[in-house]
Amino acid sequence: MAKQNKKDVVNKYTGDSWAYTKEVKEHFFKPKNLLLEDPKKAKYDAEGIVGSPACGDVMRVWLKIDKKNDRIKQFKWRTFGCASAIASTSMLSVMVTEPARRGGEKGMKIDKALKIKPQDIMKRLGGLPDRKIHCSVLGDKALRAALNDWFKKTKQFSRIVVDGKQILDPNTKTTEADIEEAVLEGATTLLAVQKRTKVGIGYPQCLPKVEELIRFYREKYFGKE
Amino acid sequence: MSKKQYYFDYAATTPLDPKVFSAMLPYFKEEFGNPSNLYGLGRNAGRAIEGATKTITEILGCRLDEFIYTGSATEADNLAILGVARSQRASFGTQGSPLKNFAPKGDPLRPLAPRIIMSQIEHKGILAVCDVLEKEGFGIVRLPVLKNGLVDLNELKKELNDRTILVSITMADSETGTIQPIFEIAKIIKEFCRENAHLGKFPVFHTDASQSAGYLDINVDKLGVDMMTISAHKIYGPKGIGGLYVRKGTKINPIIYGGGQQGRLRSGTENTPGIVGFAKSLELNSKNKKSEIVRIKKMRDALEKGIFKSIPKVVLNGHPTNRLPNFLNISILDVEGEAMLLYLDELGIMVSTGSACNSQNLEPSYILAALGNSYEHIHGSLRFTLGKKNTMQDIKYVLKHLSNVVKKLRSISSLDLSLNQKKWQNKIKKM
Repeated sequence: MAKQNKKDVVNKYTGDSWAYTKEVKEHFFKPKNLLLEDPKKAKYDAEGIVGSPACGDVMRVWLKIDKKNDRIKQFKWRTFGCASAIASTSMLSVMVTEPARRGGEKGMKIDKALKIKPQDIMKRLGGLPDRKIHCSVLGDKALRAALNDWFKKTKQFSRIVVDGKQILDPNTKTTEADIEEAVLEGATTLLAVQKRTKVGIGYPQCLPKVEELIRFYREKYFGKE
Repeated sequence: MSKKQYYFDYAATTPLDPKVFSAMLPYFKEEFGNPSNLYGLGRNAGRAIEGATKTITEILGCRLDEFIYTGSATEADNLAILGVARSQRASFGTQGSPLKNFAPKGDPLRPLAPRIIMSQIEHKGILAVCDVLEKEGFGIVRLPVLKNGLVDLNELKKELNDRTILVSITMADSETGTIQPIFEIAKIIKEFCRENAHLGKFPVFHTDASQSAGYLDINVDKLGVDMMTISAHKIYGPKGIGGLYVRKGTKINPIIYGGGQQGRLRSGTENTPGIVGFAKSLELNSKNKKSEIVRIKKMRDALEKGIFKSIPKVVLNGHPTNRLPNFLNISILDVEGEAMLLYLDELGIMVSTGSACNSQNLEPSYILAALGNSYEHIHGSLRFTLGKKNTMQDIKYVLKHLSNVVKKLRSISSLDLSLNQKKWQNKIKKM
């Protein structure tokens, strides 16, 4: 068999690669921690959902939580979406439930899990094509949505994370912080921001606000035109 | 060790026919002359091009000087649209021109700008050029299509006016292969021209036949078109060569300037091997067309029937019957196209999808969107396009594996689109 290059087709204008890494393929073709059927009520401690069918990505997450130790014991999921969406949810499920070190206790502390960023998932996957980054952005949001569900159920209201920011689009759960990050990474028009975040595609009501934020952050970071 | 390939993407491109390759070979090697030159080698190349043009124009039923070779179908589309538009710019504002009231963008007289009518399901080679012309001040009308993929002819009749310089409607689109009634459209336009004799030869009617040339009659008089794009690599010819039929008397400017080859309409040394290959592929195609259509349609129908029988929640995209015989475009609900494509690729099956996740710009297929499909529907689309090397064995192989792939991905999927939309929205809101 031909030797597989890590990046076999690279766009010379954008530097973007078409191909997925070995890790992505492994998780895409053999997803870990899948939940094949909707669970009975109360079988899991918390549930989270993020995305919209129109955007092409929907993730559902179910958690079992060790209340005493504040650890995530199980992370089950199902995802509608492309290879990177499926692989990134699968990878996240491994990251959250594996022991922090060899022989250590299984399951991540909730406080640590809340800090997982899309970049962390991508790193474990050996990278994703640029245009695909929004997919893994959803994985950590689905996890946070599930943890918020847990905080509500256990009345730990002070721990509910609103990301410190307002959710602009309930479908994609895009926040102000996402807009800021997109602008910082060079997406300075609505179209460019939408390509990254898909904000407002299924929920156009939020677009005026989004445009205002893009203007604000563009001026903040790149000055007035 | 290479596994068997099951290629179902003939609408993307086709393999070169060995007979075409043999015909081309001498013009890469010993007969390398420049056809513009007078000495023997040049004359040989010139004669080869002459022979090829004779073959092609006989099949199209047109004159030798009515066919322009280009570097691709995209270039031919560009030449058709830009060429006609630019030929008219010179007459903007001149007395007696139907376009004398041309006004630049932003001018309140803008509705009087010269107008180009196309459909929403044109090839990008037309869409993108029209976007540019719109910025330059032209009025662009994008005709809607009906749910079954056919262009709305009533809309066309409504939109034709005395400023219309060009109408461009694809013969069959590249996603669903739905066949447009080109002859009817030509009739509508001719009728309009008769009633508006003062406009001269406007509007000009162009069609892109790159997808359909292999399967439909492309005699330009029978079709009634003024310009027609065709491409070699969709009919087992080489890549890098396409062509545009331009009816004698059509006002058109070049888009590439230089040594004045091809009647000044397309400068640049002619691609002799490409042209020879183009002619050979078209010749072979027209010889075997009838029997090949029957063979391919039989396989396509078996595939279609088999998929609908073995997989629940599948929708057909495009026209149920009025469709190129090698096209099958379906949406498989609750799964995403790129994911299916990759699972099928592992099995050696090559297809394409209109899903956003598989495109460079993350836009779902604009053609499937124009048919009125929802985004969630488009994300699950798969396009099978059959061709010469496919056999019934291949169809059986796909049918054996596709339902398993769908089953597997549906088991991973968090969606169940039988969920009605409202229920879904509530669910999202509650989270």
